[in-house]
Parts: sequence; C-alpha cells; structure tokens
Amino acid sequence: MKYEVIVVGGGHAGCEAALACANKKHKTLLVTGNIHNIADMPCNPSIGGSAKGIVVREIDALGGMMGKVADMTHIQIKLLNNKKGPAIRSLRAQGDKITYPKKMLEILESNSYLEIKEGIVEDLIINNNKVEGVILDNDTKIYGEAVILTTGTYLKADILVGSTRTRQGPHGEKPSNHLSDNLKKLGFKIKRLKTGTPPRIDISTIDFSKTKIETGDNEYLTFSYDLEPLYKIENQIPCHLTYTTKETHKIILDNLTKSSMYGGLDDIEGIGPRYCPSIEDKVVRFSDKERHQLFLEPESKISSDPTYGNTIYLQGFSTSMPHDIQEQMVHSLPGLEHAKILKYAYAIEYDAIYPTDLKASLETKIIENLFTAGQINGTSGYEEAACQGLMAGINAALKLEKKEPLVLKRNEAYIGVLIDDLITKGVKDPYRLLTSRAEYRLLLRHDNADLRLRNHGFEVGLISKEQHNLYLEKLKNIDKLTNILKETKISPKQNNILEKLNSTPLKDGISLYNLLKRPEITIDKLISEGILETNADKFIKEEVEINIKYEGYINKATKEAEKMLKLEDKKIPADINYDEIKNIASEARQKLKEIMPTSIGQALRISGVNPADISILMVYLKKKYHK
Amino acid sequence: MNDTIAAISTSLGIGAISIIRVSGPDTVNIVNKIFSKDLTNIKSHTVNYGYIKDNDKIIDEVILTVMLSPKSFTTEDTIEINSHGGIATTNKILELLLLNGCRLAKPGEFTERAFLNGRIDLEEAEGVMNLIEAKTDISRDLAINQLTGKVSNLIKELRDDLVQVLANINVNIDYPEYDDVEDITLPLLKEKISLIKKKITKILEESNNGKIIKEGITTSIIGKPNVGKSSLLNNLLEEDKAIVTDIEGTTRDIVEGTINIDGILLNIIDTAGIRETDNIVEKIGVDKSLELIDKSDLVLFLLNNNEKISNEELELLEKIKNKNHIILINKNDLERNIDDKNLENPIYISTKTNEGIDELKHRIKEIFNLEKLEKSDLTYLTSARSIAILKEVANKINEIEQSINNNATIDMLELDIKYIWEKLGEIIGETYDEEFLDELFSRFCLGK
Repeated sequence: MKYEVIVVGGGHAGCEAALACANKKHKTLLVTGNIHNIADMPCNPSIGGSAKGIVVREIDALGGMMGKVADMTHIQIKLLNNKKGPAIRSLRAQGDKITYPKKMLEILESNSYLEIKEGIVEDLIINNNKVEGVILDNDTKIYGEAVILTTGTYLKADILVGSTRTRQGPHGEKPSNHLSDNLKKLGFKIKRLKTGTPPRIDISTIDFSKTKIETGDNEYLTFSYDLEPLYKIENQIPCHLTYTTKETHKIILDNLTKSSMYGGLDDIEGIGPRYCPSIEDKVVRFSDKERHQLFLEPESKISSDPTYGNTIYLQGFSTSMPHDIQEQMVHSLPGLEHAKILKYAYAIEYDAIYPTDLKASLETKIIENLFTAGQINGTSGYEEAACQGLMAGINAALKLEKKEPLVLKRNEAYIGVLIDDLITKGVKDPYRLLTSRAEYRLLLRHDNADLRLRNHGFEVGLISKEQHNLYLEKLKNIDKLTNILKETKISPKQNNILEKLNSTPLKDGISLYNLLKRPEITIDKLISEGILETNADKFIKEEVEINIKYEGYINKATKEAEKMLKLEDKKIPADINYDEIKNIASEARQKLKEIMPTSIGQALRISGVNPADISILMVYLKKKYHK
Repeated sequence: MNDTIAAISTSLGIGAISIIRVSGPDTVNIVNKIFSKDLTNIKSHTVNYGYIKDNDKIIDEVILTVMLSPKSFTTEDTIEINSHGGIATTNKILELLLLNGCRLAKPGEFTERAFLNGRIDLEEAEGVMNLIEAKTDISRDLAINQLTGKVSNLIKELRDDLVQVLANINVNIDYPEYDDVEDITLPLLKEKISLIKKKITKILEESNNGKIIKEGITTSIIGKPNVGKSSLLNNLLEEDKAIVTDIEGTTRDIVEGTINIDGILLNIIDTAGIRETDNIVEKIGVDKSLELIDKSDLVLFLLNNNEKISNEELELLEKIKNKNHIILINKNDLERNIDDKNLENPIYISTKTNEGIDELKHRIKEIFNLEKLEKSDLTYLTSARSIAILKEVANKINEIEQSINNNATIDMLELDIKYIWEKLGEIIGETYDEEFLDELFSRFCLGK
C-alpha cells in the first residue's frame, strides 16, 4: 500500500488535513481508530465562539470544510459581541453531535482521492530522518510520502474519574500506547496535558421552568462565504441557563479530596487548561462567588440516537469527582433535582509534543515530511484543531509539490497568530485562542476573513475559479461604493436631513465619506434619506462602513503590522550557531537555540529574549553573513 | 530599525552648549515640527539658525546641522541640534523630540546603526558589541531603578488599575455568554479612566525631579523692604551666563524671572513685587509673603546682618520650616547686630561684594540632590523620557474620553487602553507578555 499522504486521526484536524490533501488531488489515506467517531465532538456541542468563530470563517475562506458542515447541521446560531464592535464580532453555533460527524463522513467518503481505514498507529517508518509511512498495532506497514499526525487525546489516553484511572479514549476506545514513546526515541520532547468534560443529562428529567431560556439570533447567519442559510430561524433549538447553589458548593468542598485533581489520584502529571477550570477549581479559587453559571446545551436534534439523542451537555460543570458525588452535585442544581445522568463527567490525560519542535508550516523540525496538528501540538478546541489540520494538509501537499509552504502572518489571520504562538512561545497548558492574543485583531475581523484569505485559498488550489471570481467582484464593489461616497457631496442646504438624523448641521459641504465618520450616520440611513444611491449588498455596505468609521484605528494597526513585517523579512540563517555569539545573555541564548527563530521578528517575540540581545544578534549576523 | 531615534550626545550640565542628535527616516519631519523655519526642502550639509518651539513658546535659540542620507554617520537622515547648555533646556528639547515621534536611542545605538548600515568597517564590530553589552546592562538597571521607589510604585499601581479594566473588557469579549463578570459599559469605563487620569496628573505634578527638569524650581525671595531682595535677584541674574528671560503669563501663574544656574532653572516668582517694594519704605507684607511661600518649591529668606530680627520675620521663619528654604543674612559688610543663634544653617552673603553667592548655589543643588543628577547623565535622560511618556499617556486619555463621548465601540477603546498600559510599562521596564493573560485567568472565573 502506498499513498502520497497518510493522516493519522479522524478528528477535526484530521478531517481538514485529509480533505485539503485529497482536494489538491493527492492520494490520501485517513487512518482512524473507529470510523464512527470521525469528526466527533466529544466535549462541548458548539462550533465557533469568540475568536474561534472567526477561525471557522478563515478555514472557510481558505477552502476548509468546518464552516460549511456546521452551517448544514447546527441547531442554533448567533453573532456574539455584535454591539461591542466590529473587531470582536464572532459566530457561535450549537452543533449537532450526530448530523455534523455524519455530514463530514459523507464528504470524506465521496472524495475519490481519499480512503479511510480503521486502525491504531503505533509507530512511524523513518529513513534518514524522513518519514516514509506508519506501522499499525497489528504490524501492518503503510507507506506514504508525508504523514500528518492528528492524534487528539489518543496518545496514552487515561480517563480519570474520582480515584480511578483507565487507559482508554473518550468513548472507551483503544488509545495508541506506543506512538508517543516512539516519537520520544526520535528526539521529540513529550509532555502530558489534561482536559475535562462535564456530565450529560437526560433531557426528559430536567424541569426547564426553573431555568432561563437562551435562543439563537433572529437574523440569518452563516459561517461559510459560499452557502445561503439552510435553517429556519423559528426552528432553532434553545439552550437554557441555570446556576450552582450554596448546596452544590458545600457538596464539592466536603468531598474535595475525592476529586481526581484534589488528591483522589496522586499520579496526575497533566496540566489542565487555565481557561476551563473544573467546577472544583472554580469553587475553591473563587470562594467569594455565590454561584456559577451553567448552560444546558442540547447535543443533537436526533432524539433516537443512543449516544447523543436526548442528552443535555451541562456546560460549566466539568469535574473529576466520583460518580456518587456527581449525582449529589447535579441534583443540587435548580431544575435538575431529579435529573438522570446519562454519561458521567471525566478528565482525560494525554501526551503531546512541544510545538516549539515545529516549523511554521507545521512540519516537524526533527523528521522531514512529518506534520502534526491539533491537540498533539498542545492546543484545545475543535476550531483550533481544524485550522491546524487544514494548514498541515495544505503544507504537506505543497511540500510534495515542491512548493513553498503557506505561512499566514500574525496580521493576516488568527490561524497565523495561533501557529506563531505555538512554535515561538510553546505551551504550558492546553492553548485556546482568545481575541486578546491577536495584537492586530482590528485587522482580523469576522467580516473580512474572505478578503484576507480567499486569494491564498485560490493560489493553493482549494478555492475554485468561480469562488475566486466572486471574491474579486466583492473587492470591486467595495471600491465602487467607497468612490461613490468620496465623490458624493452633501451641502449645508441639506441640513434638514441631518437634523432628522440627529446630527450636527454643516457649515461647509463635505463628502458622504467624511459624513459617515459621525457615529450616528450609517450607509442605510443615507440611502433611506435619498442622498445615496447604490445596489451594494449588505456585506459590501458593512465592509465599507467599518473601513470608514474605524479608518484611524485601522491605519494605525496596518502601520504597526508593516513594522512587524519588516522585522519578519530579516531572516536568520538556519545554520546559525548561537554559541559563537559573544555577549548574548545566557537565557536568551538557550531560548534562541531551542526555538531557532527564522527571522528577527520571531526572535523578538520569544519571551526571555531582550532587545539588547537582538541588537547583538543583528551585529553578529551582519558580521558573519554580511546581511 | 526603521524608527527615528534621538539622544543627547554631549555630557549634560556644565558645558556651554549641548548637542542633541536625531537619526532616522523621519528626522526632518520631526524636527520640522518644533523648529521655527520650514525644513521640508532643506539641503544636506547645511547649518541652520532658528528657534526650537513648543507650540508658540520659544524654548531655545539653536543651530541645526543637517546631514541627509546617505552622507551621515549613521547613513540615515541626521540632524544635530546645538543648544545652550542647561540641563533643563536640553532635556526639554529632547522631550519635545520624543513627544513628536522619536524614540530615545539606546546606548550605543547611533554607532550600532552606523555599523549595520555599513558605515563603520567590520574590524570595529567587536568593539561595538562590547559597547552595547556594557552599556545595556547599566541602562537596564538604571531604567528600572532610577525612578524613586514612590514614583515607580505609583506607575505600578496605575498599570494594575489599567490591567483590571483591560482584563475585564477582554473577559467580556472572550466570554460573552457569561454574566459572572461585570460588563464594562461606556459610562463605567469613563469613570475608571478619569480616575486613572487624575492619578497621572498628580504624579506629573508631584514628581519632583521631573518637575525640576521640566519647569525648574519655583523660588521666592522673601524679606523686609531694603534687605536686598532686588540686589540678590540682580546678582543672580548677572551670574547667569546663559539665558535670562522675563516671560509673561506663562503656564505657572506668576513665574516672572527665570535664572539658569549651571543648567538648573530657578523660576523666581513675583520679581515685579521685589523690584517695586524695595524702593518703598513699608512693612514686610506677611500675607503676601505667606502666599508666595505657599507656591514655592524653595524659599530664599533674606535677613539683615545689621538689624535685629523682627516679630514679623520670626513669624515667617516659623512658616517656612516645612518648606525647602535657605536663610540668607545679607549686608555682611556692615556691623553684625543680628542674633543668629536660633537660625538654621544661615549663609552670610553680601550682595555688594558677591560674597556667599557660590555657597548659595551649592546649597540649592544640595537641597534638590542635583549634584548627583548632574554626574549621571542617564538619570536625566530617562527622566525626560518618563515625563514624555506620562504626558503622552495623559494626552491619550483625553482622546479616550473624547471617544467615549462619541460612543466609540469597546473593541477600539480597548486598543487605546492597552496602548497606555504598555507605554506605562516602558517607564518601569515591564512590557506586554504572558503577564496580561495570567491576569485574565487569575482574576476571573471562566470555563466550560
């Protein structure tokens, strides 16, 4: 058996990686432990959210599938932070844990360049520091020119509940017991990470009258730039909100030592995510809080499914308490007094590599043609995984095509921020994207992901000619409307209109472009007052309006980004010997050797490397390489 | 590398002139903003006479040497500003440059640029590196330590206030579905920001070093008519070999005469009063004197060697006890009738013979700890820098308040707030890193 690309793992990273390669017409094999768990959502039933929703749009702009499958299957969707400003708007959908994976599997199976095989990968075939294939647990050898590891939580997975530790995956499947050891033998550093998930409740045993309803938005929304909405607003399924009580907190504190994380198990090495503390953590660390919010999220609209039908995900209540304590805790919640737990909460520990061992293309520095994506790189979240899978897939294919990798910059995409953070700073706890991680977030908006990335998607061959033409058309229309606004003037004679719009009267004539800088003026108001004529659609109008209203901020961010890019252009040769450089601080030297930044810009982002060290480095480069 | 840097190139303090060097692509632009003549089409290798201005206020009469790229030391556009000595003036010019877009040069940075741009040959490389290394260690320490503990704590406090606001806003953004955390609304933000502004204004006002560099020492000369106030003033003025200016209606309400002693500015208040009343036989105006004492950083209290201390004088001596003050006993050339037993460290002077004037100057420097500052140029440099940063921050806060009034969205305001948080970090040598995210996670309760 010989393939061009072998993708190990069928989670969100694996699906995007496999599809990217197959869509680029490379013969691809996806190896997964269980075909029925492909594109599974073992944790939260949601796609998107702050920053993550923008990533889903970026994936779509580049030609990935997550956004489209979410649009086809979700049970509810909303636009977050709408009023807080354009830079931080983001979509969040309640995914469907049954139809989402089903749809994704359909798409995978219908691709003629892609094969799917069940099996557990335990080792790699390596020749001359170059990967040549994988070895399954039954010793089957499969050859491939490139291998992408998207193993999720399955490297030495341990499920932790109370004082028990069981070697298995989230659904009780077999994990890979040797792959991480074999990676270690090749020179990879391995760390142990941990994450947790809350209990699932039988929907028919919840009294929703004691909770608050949370509905989807009343406006049609899509992640994808290519799809029309496929749902009906009125058919969206609501979530509900409830709170912990004093009794809940008492139960937790009384039984704290029984929790795996608080002494129930004494051999926990894994580091959990800071932003997803367990309910035990929350009660202990924030003892002054009287109650904590909990969301009741339906897992699927298909009520007949044995795993996910009729289940409610209790968001905010992740725990590693033993089963009997979980029962008591759940029953102390308003509306859940008689709730039946269908699946208990658990924590899971797994192996991951140090992402500082990766290049920006997600190829490992240690083994050629070996790529990694998703939780194995220390991240958390479906969207974070999917976007890495997509980039690893694209870059593995480009490598086989002997082309330069696609590396997105920090000012181009959240995906660029994520990967640069991973390879430059490494991770301590599972990495989640936050808008605050993006210094140019004003440029990385929900509304302009297509403008930022469609062209890249087209160039790597994942966006069709038709899609690309639509993008070019949009650019043209944005220019057109902008020019109309610049050329159309409003004079003091029309002050009666401004009065009507509660806007200060004019003394001299100005362009509509400048008038739009006033907070109370919008393009739609100008149209309805008859001052402006345009047939531009709402996306064009939104884009133009944001560009005008936030021009000053956007220009400043663009200027800062340009400064950063200049430093990115100052390349550091791969054969640099940091031991040769005198005077550099020893912490900086060690960090530089570990991370081997490819540019001065990247070197500057390494914590522990000071500007003075950079000066010395630049002098050295000049002297040694005449750069 | 592509920013424009500035630094004072001569050692500060005593010299008759000092040179401020500016280098980088924006050099001409930036200097143009503070120079009296238009430099837009200035030719390379020219010498230009004019004034440095802070808006309309003339700061100094200077000569600019312009060297355009590539024919300069750094190979970049370079201007050297020749100014008149004094620490205050030189620092003020540097401060203006920094406010208008220059970055303070790191030690050795001009040389470093010269090297990187191929102006110096490779053999000098080693020397440059050593220079950078030696200097950066010192400057790193200095940048962090030289601020008084009090000011640095105040800055830390400010940043702490800001990071709380920032973390709160970011939690609102990144966890919009959670109501555990207070939502930062515009009115609430305005409230928090104006509190921070108040603190910054206070630091600017209270930062004594900063004020001395920036504005000089507000000094009053107190004493009976005919005790020699006017003569003392004139003596000091004559001593001043640099600039003497009578500035009308300047920012500080009654500053009227500025004396430059070895680069330190003394702003003598109520010079008119001194000149007028000395000619008129009248009682010492206690009320007026109290008013002056209240406004002063330094009180020069003048007594007459030839006369006994009056009750009014005793009353005033009591009042100046808690102020920086120097007791001067004039007319040392006349017979001693004064009882100086209870006087604290008086200096005997004679405005006729100029006796004691040097001692007076020495005492002033001692009181304000200026001798130490004079020797360590870096201290002054960074102080000017700190003040420039604080001023910029204050300006930015005004802008933020304006934006809030215009209903700006929170995502934009957050950028401005983060900017001032980072700027303040520059003063005490702390910058953005994981610190901010740590704050986010430690302070708020989030999760799935």
